[in-house]
Amino acid sequence: MPIDYYLNIAASGLLTGLVYGLAALGLSVIFGVVRVVNFAHGEMMVAGMYGAVLLGGWWGLDPLLSAPVMAALLFASGWLLQRGLVNKFVERPEHMQFILLLGIATILVNAMLMLFGPDARNVQVPYSFDTVEIGPMLLDAVRLRAGAAAIVVAAALFAFFRFSRTGKAIRACADNPLGARVVGLNIDRLYALTFGIGAAVVGVAGALMTLLVDARPQLAPEYTLLSFIIVIVGGLGSLPGALLGGVLIGMSEALAGFLLTPSLKSLFSYGVLIVVLLLRPQGLLGKRS
Amino acid sequence: MIGLSGVGFSGVTGRGMVLLVLTALGLAVAPLVADRYLVSVLTTVLWFAYVGQAWNVMMGFSGLLSLGHALYVGLGAYVSAALFVHFGIGPWAGMILAMLVAVAAGCIIGFLGFRFGVKGVHFALLTIAFAEVARIGFDHITWVGGSGGFFLPVEAGASDPLNLRGSPLLFYYVALALVLGALVLSRVLLHSRLGYQWLAVREEPDAAEASGVDLFRARMTAVAVSAALTALGGVFQAFYFNNLFPEQVFSMGRSIEIILPAIVGGIGTLVGPILGAFILTPLGELLTFLIEAGGLDLPGLKQLFYGVALVVIVVFRPEGVWPWLARRLRLVRQPGEGA
Repeated sequence: MPIDYYLNIAASGLLTGLVYGLAALGLSVIFGVVRVVNFAHGEMMVAGMYGAVLLGGWWGLDPLLSAPVMAALLFASGWLLQRGLVNKFVERPEHMQFILLLGIATILVNAMLMLFGPDARNVQVPYSFDTVEIGPMLLDAVRLRAGAAAIVVAAALFAFFRFSRTGKAIRACADNPLGARVVGLNIDRLYALTFGIGAAVVGVAGALMTLLVDARPQLAPEYTLLSFIIVIVGGLGSLPGALLGGVLIGMSEALAGFLLTPSLKSLFSYGVLIVVLLLRPQGLLGKRS
Repeated sequence: MIGLSGVGFSGVTGRGMVLLVLTALGLAVAPLVADRYLVSVLTTVLWFAYVGQAWNVMMGFSGLLSLGHALYVGLGAYVSAALFVHFGIGPWAGMILAMLVAVAAGCIIGFLGFRFGVKGVHFALLTIAFAEVARIGFDHITWVGGSGGFFLPVEAGASDPLNLRGSPLLFYYVALALVLGALVLSRVLLHSRLGYQWLAVREEPDAAEASGVDLFRARMTAVAVSAALTALGGVFQAFYFNNLFPEQVFSMGRSIEIILPAIVGGIGTLVGPILGAFILTPLGELLTFLIEAGGLDLPGLKQLFYGVALVVIVVFRPEGVWPWLARRLRLVRQPGEGA
């Protein structure tokens, strides 16, 4: 019995962790290519959550179906943001970039607070309380769907970077911006595309997250930090690392929430972050620079 | 790093000094004409000017970006408040321990960061992580109230400056003294051997090290000075507001409010944080006032405005308002002036 219990918690944590990992994937893509740290990442994720909440409220749309809509919307916003503002800062000192994106994050989170208020909002789905039995485990249907969707999107992203021409061009950009420019790639366009993709991915993660958590503006800074933690634990710029980091953090949060008190679970993540920063700053799957 | 080589006192002409002294005198007599509300706004302005100055020691002088300065405010506030509430030790004595605790926290972060070569965004994240750990941790320390908040006893009409209990006027003058003290200290430090080392470390760490600067020591002292000064701001906050909530005191939002004055006024300049606070806080207050006068209730509008200010400044005046203003004013008054 107790073993089953732990197994169940670990599996739930793994599924949640996949969604965390997807969000972190967006951050990692942007950092890996544009070399800009998106301090507004959690804010974009919560925007994706509210999008799913609104679509669910208006048309009863399932978050799984809202996800592509939010992907499109956030792709456009990310693209515009990079084109309009961030691109000017690519060559500027690091702290200037941070401050710019912190400013954008502050605007986004407070705009959402003003629009939606501080109270939690959720989406009603018919299968909210369903459970699925897999071997000895009893898993929430919502968690299974969110985790499965996260895997599908992550796989699509990996395939895009691995096989498509544009994906390869973006990777070339990440490896050597100067070389990419020399062979005739339009760096500015690829950067905008990348920022758009990163934003779209985190938008999808946000929409999926509404299956698990109620949307609140206060979640935004928490998710920004969570994505950072995951990316650093997994290895900055490593896509499989982000997914692995997400799963690790998701599982350790779930176990810590069960063994300690739920409110202490994020403390555990920060502990993991500090240890990784000190012992293996390049992350689990990252390469030493 | 263009934009950081700011205009300090050194660039200020006699005229500028006169302006500064006049401003200080004006602030000293301001409560004679200002009403209660205005004094409270000015106190807030001075508080942000002070903590902005303290943050500036790390980022502005030494190039170390801390995005978790709420940690030092919170530690200073909680330590002094706990000493007062539980042991009856007043803030004038308590602030020493408050500063020591903040310095110890800063040194732990600094030691971990600098010894293990945590740089750039990683260092900024380390500072955030420690502030967040404190936020969540203090939520669970019931000795100081936990998430329910920690309250200092308030007696109406009490006047006990030895325990920093008294009228808003007392706090106003304490805040003014803090700002002037931090300004003078920053000026002295910046023109000391240590200050030049900081600037060298900020601009070219490798070159600084090659010419014999102990990078680790220079950075650690910057963190320690900044943490100690910021903790004093926390002590002030605890006794001024008489209540502390981990969710507010240690929040990420608070850390951003602390960095705002220096960024708007001018990172690395002496006057910048003060000017920045004088620009931002009154504008924020005005905005709140207008919204309330319009009968609207929009929580978050002030912060939204701060976000816009951050973006506008960093896009259009990345070196801050003060260097630009100082240049402009001197140009206007004395066109043919040399360097």
